[in-house]
Amino acid sequence: MTTLPYRLRAQTLTRRPRRRRRRGGLLTYVLLLLMVVFSAFPLYWSFVVASHDNSALGAYPPVLTPGGNFFDNVDRLFNAGIVNVDFATALLNSAIVASVVTVSVVFFSALAGFAFAKLDFRGRKALFVVVIATMIVPVQLGVIPLYIQMNEFGWLNQLKAVVAPFLVSAFGVFLMRQYIAGAVPNELIDAARVDGCHTARVFWHVVLPAVRPIAAVLGLLTFMNTWNDFFWPLIVLSPQNPTVQVAVSTLSGAAYVPDFALILTGTFVSILPLLVVFLVLGRQIIGGIMKGAVKG
Amino acid sequence: MSVTTAPTTAIKRRSAVRRRLRRADAKISPYLYIAPFFILFAIFGIFPLLYTAWVSLTDRNLLAAEWSFVGLENYSELMHDSYFWNAVVNTFGIFVLSTVPQLMLALVIAHVLNRSLRVRTFFRMSILLPQVTSLVAVALIFSQLFGYRYGLVNYLLNQVGIENVNWEAGRLSSWIALSTMVTWRWVGYNALLYLAAMQSIPDELYEASAVDGARSWRQFVHVTIPMIRPTIIFTVIISTIGGLQLFTEPFLFQPVKSGATGGSGRQYQTVSMYLYEKAFGGTQFDFGYAAAIAWCLFAIIALVAGLNYLLVRRIRSAES
Repeated sequence: MTTLPYRLRAQTLTRRPRRRRRRGGLLTYVLLLLMVVFSAFPLYWSFVVASHDNSALGAYPPVLTPGGNFFDNVDRLFNAGIVNVDFATALLNSAIVASVVTVSVVFFSALAGFAFAKLDFRGRKALFVVVIATMIVPVQLGVIPLYIQMNEFGWLNQLKAVVAPFLVSAFGVFLMRQYIAGAVPNELIDAARVDGCHTARVFWHVVLPAVRPIAAVLGLLTFMNTWNDFFWPLIVLSPQNPTVQVAVSTLSGAAYVPDFALILTGTFVSILPLLVVFLVLGRQIIGGIMKGAVKG
Repeated sequence: MSVTTAPTTAIKRRSAVRRRLRRADAKISPYLYIAPFFILFAIFGIFPLLYTAWVSLTDRNLLAAEWSFVGLENYSELMHDSYFWNAVVNTFGIFVLSTVPQLMLALVIAHVLNRSLRVRTFFRMSILLPQVTSLVAVALIFSQLFGYRYGLVNYLLNQVGIENVNWEAGRLSSWIALSTMVTWRWVGYNALLYLAAMQSIPDELYEASAVDGARSWRQFVHVTIPMIRPTIIFTVIISTIGGLQLFTEPFLFQPVKSGATGGSGRQYQTVSMYLYEKAFGGTQFDFGYAAAIAWCLFAIIALVAGLNYLLVRRIRSAES
């Protein structure tokens, strides 16, 4: 059961008798367990490889349980003498980039979402349609001029180049508008206005506190996407100052044979922060995705 | 404002100012609030896209100081570029292999998850786990799993008597490996979208069809699928846009990652990879040509998304 406040509120507003769904039988659970294994195994496997010596990979039959070399491999990963990239810098870079983008997206989306949901202005509908239309434009296709742009700004190899293009998100604006339209009562806004609040104060004192639940969801999704982005950072950042994805992708050991133990250690370490966040807040993320699905 | 006692002029003026401010606030604030989105999107979204069109009409090269207008030359060259068409075929092949089974599987999973279950959250979280995993991680993990000599997939095939497959080297085999990566990462997400849509179907529809004697499978086909049609359209279009831009998985599937040829015989080079190869891979920096590829890719995506939309829209027409 999703226990998000806004879900509950939505349910009490449009309460209808819950359907008595068919109970899952044995076959259902077998199918689902297969799904769980399918989903989780590759991640588990990456840890298995990451916790062995590289030579263990040649074992026949393959080893399916974690070994004891994980921390050795992590040591090697952060040792600039062995690895070709500065992994600590990469992690820090990604944390910076993802945090800045997340704060910006959440704030600007709430601002625009508030305007579209609750304020009256000419061209409101048309402009909102434009926002939705921009979701269809794949930003990826603008990489060449974007690269030229960054080159002219002198931003190549700097984090600015990875942050700037992603400071706003059409999806975020859309999500916020939908949420604010339903979750912030007009009476509340009117009351604040009667009390003499101008629009900015209404936003700050009424809207921002009310959107906290969806802001958390949008923030998480944005952070995840930014942390995981690869194509654009690969183009504008150098291996000397990479994000974690770029660093992982260029990982190689000293040897000619690919050092999978090292590569998958880097991979696993790069997933770990998101994995932890997901385990703690997965419920909310799922709620957010499903919520967006019904509206969208 | 109703003021009965005669106010001093100062107060009157102040309230007039305040009223005007308030009106200005109501008028300007909305535009102010949506401005950041539109300004930033104009700079980093629309402008690059339009500028791509301009660059595609030139022979611009990052390394050359001078460049000139060449008209549609890049495009006509592209039309006769066998590498480009090879990339188009690869992209479509991988796209079909990954999207069709994936969305069908997602429907089945959603259907199963839609029953009343114990530990529901656990199942939902498990199927979403791959979404948390970055594309880079997916590509690297699966490249290892699909390894020729020590890959687990080949080991399993050995158990049923099949010889080692060199997944990376073959055309179809590399497509299968890449499709597996895409499917793995996205199937759970799409299943959740379907599940959300299924849960908003009114019960009466099921009850009515049950009265008519429809059984589970027929209910699924005649009630569930038509009712979640908007979500199916949404996922098909999103998958089209994403699938046709496929880059990270094939890029990192390459044993040698410096270029972007997609294997020694270009057997799995996608259009995005070819764009990358021309613009940033190696030493070409052929921006004019790459920009032409970008526009062609955009056109292809728009075309296929539109076609798919028309195709999926027929679900309801078939129903009614």
